[in-house]
Amino acid sequence: MTRSGRYVGVLLVALYCLAPLAWQLLTSLRPAGELTTLPPLLPTRFTLEHYVSALTGHPFARMLLNSFIAAGAATAVALAFGSAAAFALTKMRARRVGLLLAIVLATSMFPPIATVSPLYLVINALGLRDSLAALILTYASFALPLAIWVLANFLRQLPDELYAAARVDGCTPLQAFWRVVLPLAMPGLTATGLLVFIVAWNEFLYALTFTATERSRTVPVAIALFPGLHEIPWGEIAAASLVVTLPVLVLVLRFQRRIVAGLTAGAVKG
Amino acid sequence: MAAIAFENVSKRFGAVTVLDGLSLEIAEGEFFTFVGPSGCGKSTVLALIAGLERPSGGTIRFDGQLVNDLAPHERDVAMVFQSYALYPHMSVAENIGFPLKLRGASARDTARAVAEVAARLGIDALLERRPRELSGGQRQRVALGRALVRRPRVFLLDEPLSNLDARLRLEMRAELRRLHAEYRITTVYVTHDQEEAMALSDRVAVLQAGRIEQCGEPLELYREPANLFVAGFVGSPPINALEATLFPDLELPCGARAADVLVGLRPADVAVSRDPAPHALTGEVLLCEPTGEGLWVVGLTRGQRVTGRAKFTEPLPPGSAVHFEYAPARLYFFDRTTGRRLR
Amino acid sequence: MKRLRPLGERPAVFLAPAVAVLALVTLFPILYVLWLSLQRYSLIGGAPEYAALDNYVRLLGDARFWNALGNTLYFTAVSVALEVALGLGIALLLAQAFAGRGAMRAIVLLPWAIPTVVAARMWEWMYNGDFGVINYLLGTAINWLGNPYWAIHAAIAMDVWKATPFVALLLLAGRLAIPPDLYQAARLDGAGPWRLFRHITWPLLRPLLLIVLIFRTIDAFRVFDAIYVLTGGGPANTTETLSIYAYKVLFQTLEFGYGSALAVVVFVCIAAITAVYVRLLQRTVL
Repeated sequence: MTRSGRYVGVLLVALYCLAPLAWQLLTSLRPAGELTTLPPLLPTRFTLEHYVSALTGHPFARMLLNSFIAAGAATAVALAFGSAAAFALTKMRARRVGLLLAIVLATSMFPPIATVSPLYLVINALGLRDSLAALILTYASFALPLAIWVLANFLRQLPDELYAAARVDGCTPLQAFWRVVLPLAMPGLTATGLLVFIVAWNEFLYALTFTATERSRTVPVAIALFPGLHEIPWGEIAAASLVVTLPVLVLVLRFQRRIVAGLTAGAVKG
Repeated sequence: MAAIAFENVSKRFGAVTVLDGLSLEIAEGEFFTFVGPSGCGKSTVLALIAGLERPSGGTIRFDGQLVNDLAPHERDVAMVFQSYALYPHMSVAENIGFPLKLRGASARDTARAVAEVAARLGIDALLERRPRELSGGQRQRVALGRALVRRPRVFLLDEPLSNLDARLRLEMRAELRRLHAEYRITTVYVTHDQEEAMALSDRVAVLQAGRIEQCGEPLELYREPANLFVAGFVGSPPINALEATLFPDLELPCGARAADVLVGLRPADVAVSRDPAPHALTGEVLLCEPTGEGLWVVGLTRGQRVTGRAKFTEPLPPGSAVHFEYAPARLYFFDRTTGRRLR
Repeated sequence: MKRLRPLGERPAVFLAPAVAVLALVTLFPILYVLWLSLQRYSLIGGAPEYAALDNYVRLLGDARFWNALGNTLYFTAVSVALEVALGLGIALLLAQAFAGRGAMRAIVLLPWAIPTVVAARMWEWMYNGDFGVINYLLGTAINWLGNPYWAIHAAIAMDVWKATPFVALLLLAGRLAIPPDLYQAARLDGAGPWRLFRHITWPLLRPLLLIVLIFRTIDAFRVFDAIYVLTGGGPANTTETLSIYAYKVLFQTLEFGYGSALAVVVFVCIAAITAVYVRLLQRTVL
């Protein structure tokens, strides 16, 4: 391929990936009156009115907080439980490691629609409907297979001799895990944490089903069910969706290398 | 410091037997070495002493106390790994102080002990560095420091010098001897290098295929090998193993027939000359390796290879006729089928 | 060296929390949903009542189920094929050395990382029949989401936009993992670009390609968020997939017995798809 041809191709790919986001950004900054007029493609002036009304007209801050708590706590749980399990599977004398990993991988294939009805009944029975606890537990569980799988692939690359050395130096298995293995697994933990957080942040089906009010509703649900009295408030939706995308955007730009490493650790080596 | 006793210890991994009925006592304060080719089970012995593996059978005792089921952290052993296994996320000082920290030592005591051991090892200037900023020799010293800092009952070394270049290896050998003389900790050392084993140890066990072929002081192994394997493994260049029929008028022990016997003859005991001598094998030169003071001459005598030492330094052209002179009293006799020494 | 097995370890203790969560929140619900699918049970109709295979029999005669199955298969086949073809192309393009590959990687990662709901809302607005930018740019006046022919394709186009980057990034990693020596050696032997692709890139990338196919097929088959937001299954159920139909039966008509049977079908289909792929994968790798 010629050099210029290559750059044209790369530009086209970038355009393909970015254009819908860019259009959404333009929409969010367009005065309400111009939303229903095309052309012009570019608004005559930029306004923040949609952001103001999206953030003040709805309990949007509360739902952002809900999303942060649910995704954050689920990430913490998945990392804690997942790293302990990955440690046992890769560094300890666990039996049937292959079988366990296969089961873990299989559970990650389960379609959410298959578990949503029984979980709904259980959550109702426990009185956890419309609570963040229900979401946290569900998210942690569906993120666990991913966490275990990616972390196991990272831990496998740590020399076994380091663990043996820690044990001989006087560590109990827990101390060896905490003081030697975990600090060395930081890159893996970061990558896994980012993946889990993004997946949980974006989750929709369980959130739609288990939440009822702003007490526990997360942002994706809010955006999907964005209320409109007479017509759909496209400007506000655009503003709100960019606000939810922002954390993910920051993570992606800051950690793209780590995220890709995590994604590929699951697939390329698996 | 502890004495270590193995009684009929075996280790199997699935269907593979790695150690088979090992019985042996290592005295308190001794420098004891297991030497053998790769796969002979020597590293497994260390793993068993450290509690990194559980024996499949038999007992291991420290000072009479059964340790079979003790976890590594309950044994007070220290180990230097072949890869050194330094913690990459800790500084040199933190690496060395780690075992003390785990035992609840105060920060001040730890710092003092670390400083002392670092001074002895000559790495006191490196304490703030990370392992990846160190050379191979420096890493080696940090690993030694981490093992010695708590004065363990037993000190284990798994091929610690194999990743160093030849010169550093000699230097570290001397260092290890000095440290052992200073600390007098029971030391169990594993290597595939017989020269290292001979140079360092109070006693050496030669291991092959999970069994001890012979155990004794270095000179004893060299002078009185129990079998052809030990004779071949100890000493460099390796011993000549020749057909007994090559030697004209041998008196074989135990009335053995010459056809059933191999004769062992150390290259150092073979003098190469250009003139015939009474006890000599005649042959031709294959190649010469200068040693500085003389030559190792590899030759062929009636179709068999034999190595001997020449006092002169001028290499002989391949094909020249030479005589390999030996002292009849320095011959070893081995049973051809069992390899056992005949005396 | 084989792995050492230090004494005093209890791997079960380290595995227990993860196993407990997975058992409670994933495995147990799967068994529960199987049980539910054998009941006559409506949330407004009192206690569940054993109904043997009634729900499954009903399903066989349910035209809406067959429609949903057909939609799901069509959606999955078309979108996965496009994603893999497009993703492979992008991966090979990005594998060429050029300045700014890191930035490109972040850009390509974006569609994957933004919430599906947000992506669906974005596309919904672009598809808008009256004020949508797509109609404007194409000079058409199509009601993309309201037209029975166009709606499913609009959903596919959105899914392709969202998922192609994932495919491209994985394949890019796999392509960059191929040792450059191989290409140099082949070039010395006189191979051109097509032969390089045919005899080096393709065979070495194939196992990974299969893994990506597994991931994508499963994800596409259980598609929910995108369609729920974009069309809700309409118009005239032309975009209603199995997950959407099951969800409506479960949470709009509250028929938990029948809805669970639909959910079980999704589960079984995905298990079957996985089994077929794993077979293929074993044959490719071994």
